[in-house]
Amino acid sequence: MAFTKRSDGRKMDELRPIEAKLGIIPNADGSALFAQGDTIAIAAVYGPKTLNPRHQQDPEKGVLRVHYNMLPFSVSDRIRPGPSRRSQEISKVTEWALDPVIILEDLPGTVVDVHISIIQANAGTRCAGINAAAMALAHAGIPMSEMVSAIAIGKIDDKIVTDIVKEEEDYHEGEGATDIPITYLSNSKKISLLQLDGKIPMSKLKEALEAGKKACEKIYEVQKKTLKEAE
Amino acid sequence: MTKEKQKREVVTPGEIIVKGEDILPGDWTRKEGKDILATRLGIVDKTDRLVKVIPISGVYIPRRGNIVIAEVIDLTMRGWIADIKAPYDAFLTLKECPMYVNESEMGDVYGVGDLIVCKISKVGRNSIDLTTKGRGFGKIKEGIITKVNPNRVPRIIGKEGSMVKMIKIATDCEITIGQNGLIWIKGKDKDGEIFAKKAIEHVIENTTSEGLTEKMEEWLKKNKKSEKSKTKEEEK
Repeated sequence: MAFTKRSDGRKMDELRPIEAKLGIIPNADGSALFAQGDTIAIAAVYGPKTLNPRHQQDPEKGVLRVHYNMLPFSVSDRIRPGPSRRSQEISKVTEWALDPVIILEDLPGTVVDVHISIIQANAGTRCAGINAAAMALAHAGIPMSEMVSAIAIGKIDDKIVTDIVKEEEDYHEGEGATDIPITYLSNSKKISLLQLDGKIPMSKLKEALEAGKKACEKIYEVQKKTLKEAE
Repeated sequence: MTKEKQKREVVTPGEIIVKGEDILPGDWTRKEGKDILATRLGIVDKTDRLVKVIPISGVYIPRRGNIVIAEVIDLTMRGWIADIKAPYDAFLTLKECPMYVNESEMGDVYGVGDLIVCKISKVGRNSIDLTTKGRGFGKIKEGIITKVNPNRVPRIIGKEGSMVKMIKIATDCEITIGQNGLIWIKGKDKDGEIFAKKAIEHVIENTTSEGLTEKMEEWLKKNKKSEKSKTKEEEK
């Protein structure tokens, strides 16, 4: 049976309902919550602050550090707390996705710490994490050239699907499932992160990118609206 | 009203504030082609040909001439290192102390953990210099300290210091506001100091409301009465 209908009845290019909040962690310099359906990510930003030990400082520009963490209760099978191979990889990848928009040259010798916690997971956690982190960075007053938005695009069987859920990620019939997280800069129309897990022909990838750009622009509008209501 | 609304326009990073060539980009903006874009979340401030963004959140950015409350964190041969809640630690040289200080007696003048009222004399690329020369500067010996969001400080001070002046008179306290968000309150008794702290907290909670100064005046009158009646009851 081919994949024709999504499990939650959404259209192929429809996003899950989004909820975004700002300033949820009072002790942080900037914080945000970003929820896409059942996936909820919170991000806290500390800094810019002086980086210690001193040998890690860069006199030319600031340093960005990202910590991605999935909390033990975020999935139905409790996951072992603490850093894992997966979380370390996502931390690094998120760092690279955020790096192009942050004007680190303005913050020599300092560090900006971003802590992303996934409090509930249903696929697309790294994308929700990046969306939350971008908003938290703006809230912390870090100089940024623009905002970033991220979305997980999937190829389920032979259909391009926006904002996939866990059930679709585990689809095994036909051509199976391919997961493509995309981070898009809506203003300069650039892609800062593109990952691919699975198989996809070139023509379909182009289609997936277009779907990703469209979805990211929608997310950008939500981020902008939330930031504007901050005061 | 429309003017007021224009003033309060909030911009997000990467958003185009104005288009046109004859406008200069100010603080927290950047020029891309003909457009001027914001690089920080904040309120747009347009004056003549200059456009800048006034931040509404984030850590304190030191400026020359700012009065801040600093905490001494270390002593070195040439002076004190102080934390002013900015991205960089600040430095206070021996020379900038109003009296002559012998190196061995540095700890007695400003010891580690002491809070001092001081002025920022210089802001470098990644260094901040302080001075304690002048009236009203120096070590804090009594009173209470309260911490607020540094972006809210202009609201507490009010137009030409009207708000803080009102609180000072109503509570009969001396209030020193550091631009970095630390506030020193010194009153005759504890109750007055706590009342002043409560008043400041009330201002912080209502920063967005219109005509805050008038509302504050009422609030101070109302709460002062209740405070007085409380003490009277206790006396009885």
